[in-house]
Amino acid sequence: MENRSLVTIAEHSKEKILYLLEMAKEFEKCPNRHLLDQKVVATLFFEPSTRTRLSFETAANRLGARVIGFTDPKVTSSSKGETLKDTIMMVSNYADIIVMRHYLEGAARYASEVAPVPIVNAGDGANQHPSQTMLDLYSIYKTQGTLENLNIYLVGDLKYGRTVHSLLMAMRHFNPTFHFVAPRELAMPEEYKLYCKNHHIRYEEHTDFNEEVIADADILYMTRVQRERFTDLMEYERVKDIYILHAKMLEHTRPNLRILHPLPRVNEIAYDVDGNEKAYYFQQARNGLYARQAILCDVLGITLDEVKRDTEK
Amino acid sequence: MNEKKELQVAALKNGTVIDHIPSDKLFTVVNLLGLQHVDSNITIGNNFESKKLGKKGIIKVADRYFCDEEISRISVVAPNVKLNIIRDYEVVEKKQIVMPDELKGIVKCNNPKCITNNEPMQTWFHVIDKDAGLLKCHYCEKEQQKDNIKLI
Repeated sequence: MENRSLVTIAEHSKEKILYLLEMAKEFEKCPNRHLLDQKVVATLFFEPSTRTRLSFETAANRLGARVIGFTDPKVTSSSKGETLKDTIMMVSNYADIIVMRHYLEGAARYASEVAPVPIVNAGDGANQHPSQTMLDLYSIYKTQGTLENLNIYLVGDLKYGRTVHSLLMAMRHFNPTFHFVAPRELAMPEEYKLYCKNHHIRYEEHTDFNEEVIADADILYMTRVQRERFTDLMEYERVKDIYILHAKMLEHTRPNLRILHPLPRVNEIAYDVDGNEKAYYFQQARNGLYARQAILCDVLGITLDEVKRDTEK
Repeated sequence: MNEKKELQVAALKNGTVIDHIPSDKLFTVVNLLGLQHVDSNITIGNNFESKKLGKKGIIKVADRYFCDEEISRISVVAPNVKLNIIRDYEVVEKKQIVMPDELKGIVKCNNPKCITNNEPMQTWFHVIDKDAGLLKCHYCEKEQQKDNIKLI
């Protein structure tokens, strides 16, 4: 059997991305299914991530699968010095699919090469987090009705934020215009700007974050500016309040604008934004359920047609 | 004929001459080819004059020929090395080293958080740009320059 593991979104074609979004839409219409009734899903979290784990486990449960796994590597054999390969081989004996979060970069790729069952990457260090990208794409698709020709503003920590990097790469198929809004210390790395040039993606860079800058935005993707990312703490003190979104900044923005955030937020979106119709970050997290249901089914070889037929029963 | 150059290293009857090795890479090349485990006659010379390199090293290995995989290992440290295949004192073939598209088990990943530095496993790099010497780790996807690499 071909290896259907999901390690990175970069491997997916435009058609495949749209196909998975279509499948996610089916699950939004009807999330409770029996498609994975006889399946066991293992969730191996070598690094805690409550949000991602709950979302994957909910997805598995709503599809009828049984879930095994661990949430903290301290209780597993890896704390006794067991290699990742051995853990993966052992769990492959029990489960039909492994959802794995790991603190080391490349762990998911390696696991997918040694495991006899498919691996779903739920984040490997600072490297990839494809299910987050799928839910971001689904949220954009759902709120804008399309992924094509959008003005997408990425705000905050663009240097270390892996979600913005993956989103940028996945959007290459859809002719976007990006605006990178970040302090100089956390600006978009050169390699991603080069990526944009190589793929003919338009982008502008801003250090200011205000009403005028975001006037043409369709999507405002906020991220957290973390203190520990700064080498120069004076610089942090200077910029920490600049990249905060307040409700009054939204008055003259486009009516179709939606605000996304991978969560958890700290203070980069003021609480007065929560009640605004343009705030979308909580619904975005809910979309993670449908996106992950689609990912689990696809990786296990269940097609969109089967998903559609399933509701007609 | 007093014009004739004196041979710097004795001629070889059968085997391989590895020439134009940068002097500071000579012993790395010895290690990469595992010559310390070879039983046949080996002549290693270093710091010879070279028009191209200034100083060069040269290795002559008797009765031994190297496969492409072994040769490609050298390319990582010394891309301009030339190999002469000798049979009965004659050069029967000249080989210029080419950098391969993939490097497996040769180079260490610079990223301490890469899985390859934390599991008993082989490293794997894709050569993205041969001229610029740009490598990309198959696992953590970080790029690194050939000049900054560590060999395994």
